Amino acid sequence: MKESNGILSYLKGDALQKVIAVGCLVVLYIFFGIFGNHFLTFNTFVSILDSSYYIGFLAVGMTFIVITGGIDLSCGTVMVGSALIGGVAYNVWKLPILLCLVIVMLVALLFGLCNGLLVGKLNLPPFIATLGMQFISLGICSVVAKVQTQTYPSLKSVDGWFKQLIYKNHNFPVGAIWLIVFFIVGWILLNKTILGRYTYAMGSNEDAVELSGIQTSKWKMLVYVVNGFFVGLAGIIYAATYSTITPQTGNGQEMYAIAACVIGGTSLAGGVGTLSGTILGVFVISVLKTGLLSMGLPVQWQQVLIGVVVLLAVLVDVIRAQKAKRT
Amino acid sequence: MPENQGQMILEMTDIDKTFPGVHALDHCRFDLREGEVHALIGENGAGKSTLVKIMTGIHSDYTGDYRLFGQPVHFKNIREAQEAGISIVHQELNMMNDLTVAQNIFIGRESNGFFCNDKVINQKTEALLKDFNVDVKPTDRIRNLTVGKCQMVEIARAMSYPATKVLILDEPTAALSEAEAEDLFEKMEQLKARGVAIIFISHRLEEIKRVSDRVTIMRDGQYIDPLNAKTCTIQDIVRLMVGREVLEEPKAKSNVPEGSPVVLTASHLKSNKVKDVSFELHKGEILGFAGLVGAGRTETMRLIYGADPKDDGEIIVNGNKREIHHSKDAIANGIGYLSEDRKRYGLVLGLSITDNTVLSSYDLAELHKGIFVNEKRSAEVSENYVNQLKTKTPSVRQLVKNLSGGNQQKVVIAKWMLRNCDILIFDEPTRGIDIGARAEIYNLMDSLVKEGKSIIMVSSDMTEVLKMSDRIVVMCEGRKTGELDIAEATQDKIMTLATKYQ
Repeated sequence: MKESNGILSYLKGDALQKVIAVGCLVVLYIFFGIFGNHFLTFNTFVSILDSSYYIGFLAVGMTFIVITGGIDLSCGTVMVGSALIGGVAYNVWKLPILLCLVIVMLVALLFGLCNGLLVGKLNLPPFIATLGMQFISLGICSVVAKVQTQTYPSLKSVDGWFKQLIYKNHNFPVGAIWLIVFFIVGWILLNKTILGRYTYAMGSNEDAVELSGIQTSKWKMLVYVVNGFFVGLAGIIYAATYSTITPQTGNGQEMYAIAACVIGGTSLAGGVGTLSGTILGVFVISVLKTGLLSMGLPVQWQQVLIGVVVLLAVLVDVIRAQKAKRT
Repeated sequence: MPENQGQMILEMTDIDKTFPGVHALDHCRFDLREGEVHALIGENGAGKSTLVKIMTGIHSDYTGDYRLFGQPVHFKNIREAQEAGISIVHQELNMMNDLTVAQNIFIGRESNGFFCNDKVINQKTEALLKDFNVDVKPTDRIRNLTVGKCQMVEIARAMSYPATKVLILDEPTAALSEAEAEDLFEKMEQLKARGVAIIFISHRLEEIKRVSDRVTIMRDGQYIDPLNAKTCTIQDIVRLMVGREVLEEPKAKSNVPEGSPVVLTASHLKSNKVKDVSFELHKGEILGFAGLVGAGRTETMRLIYGADPKDDGEIIVNGNKREIHHSKDAIANGIGYLSEDRKRYGLVLGLSITDNTVLSSYDLAELHKGIFVNEKRSAEVSENYVNQLKTKTPSVRQLVKNLSGGNQQKVVIAKWMLRNCDILIFDEPTRGIDIGARAEIYNLMDSLVKEGKSIIMVSSDMTEVLKMSDRIVVMCEGRKTGELDIAEATQDKIMTLATKYQ
């Protein structure tokens, strides 16, 4: 008994989960390197990065929410919805592209604030509040766009500079740099500021935090606004990456963000989690997506495998927790 | 004598049970005869509930001899005990509020097949309720019943097991009105007449004398010979309940200097659990709050601290009336609260000692730079308190969940010392803390009052109340039933006030 779980018992909690996520990433890379077509090329590497941007931003925001013990089901539809309204600003209202991007941010922040009010001030369960906001954002943004598909300027056009700045410049993945920059911003926010400290504390024991004289309603609201900020960034990079924004889409993307958090060792029960784990989770998902494509397997197999990875990641944690309880 | 008539149905001898750090039952005995009501009483923590949990199979790791109808038994779970004829009605009713009466009574026994038929269990329930003369319908939802009715349903459920010969009622009258209690006593007589033996747990001495045949008193996990309930007096019971050897010297007289100013006045505090409570706290005083569990002491403290909304009443700090609606208001007025349930309300177990120590103090200038936490200073501050309070830990980065109870309590104390709170509410400060650490906490409280801080100490431990307090407020059922100076306080006096039910 002692022999068999020797390695597992040396590594505790976060560390173990991260080792597993890294291991998973390495194994997948080697696997696709052998069985995939042209997997170990620069182009494939870039396309792995490309598909990680918007999930990456969503997952960073989601990590904050999940650590408080909450969840955000609306981030996928808000991301697409805010990009859609930004597109309306560009195509219909003829606003300069920079202002349109500001509008994308504002829309996402507004939805973040609404989530925050519902969860923090009105004490709705996060699952319900954000489920409601998922439908509302899906509907309202489509109404604003008159259910018309919105197109952002292409790379070569006059306003295409924003794509070079945000997404890709002569095949150099600029988006990756932004993801790293905002990952660091998120990391500092979560690990070095009072807000971050309260985020962990509220997820760990909200009653005790409240009785320490801290207005948890206010701070929780703020966490949802922070999430809104990252959703807005996701919206911008989504627009830059895909150019064509279709109304009534975006639902389901939040599940990738949640999956990334969970693979990275963030506990849905709250109180536990790291952003570095989340980023690893994002890459596991991106590698799976791109790798399976390079093997010529249909898209549906990505979904099956992501599901398997999520279950394995949580299963390992559950088994470890049970073992720890017994000893 | 009534108690000699029935046949012996349950006998426990030499029962011993230890929890980590606590010797809950020390070679305890108990016996029960057919058709008797046998009251079981004792202070909180005297071992009543542990004994009952062994009887009903909730605790199975104990040593000793347990016989039912003369046969040795060792129940491993509740079901085994139930099938052997022992049923319990818990104080906290465990019912499924959204199901009907019949569905509750027959939960787990709906039918033998896959499908369940409400008609059948409704009929069975109808018969059962009629038998007990309980005025509810099988199809009523539990949510819509009064507490008294729920209790009757629970008893009916216990008696719906054909084997039931022993019925344990754990503080059945705690939440009942007088009329409902009368109703319950009537039902108990009815069951007695059928030969059912009842173990009746209660703090209310009057009703114990009234309904029971014998009384067993438990004290510190030990058993004292049963009294004949018909011939003993209430004074006898009180004396036996509290009459332990004196382990701790009680404080002889108040240490508060004459004419010490009043720092906190609570006046006419009211909520649904607190009935018009007023008191004063002086500078440098330890004011003990005594009473039995559920007397409304914690609820009173939570009103003062702003953790629960109050219906009425005023809080006056240092002569000024203060509006306290949230714990942050209390802290702003220098009131700190150490919860009875440290792990739930006092600490964030998953965070470090440092994070917990500074949790309510990030607004202090030295602990933050803008929105950033000043980690270096936070660690230094925590380090200071770890040294000052002699908290045993390898480092301030240690997670609080890895500390012992005593050291956890020190982290909470450090949190309020850092906040510079002059009024500290200690709610059950030594619950779950071993003897050695207990002495340290006591010393700490003494040195805090010497520095001019004032302490309210809620405690259900009588020795602790008498050892630490300068003055004692006693509560019962949400009311303040008395106030004693330490010089005149005795265990008997406190117990009498604490059981002054209306």
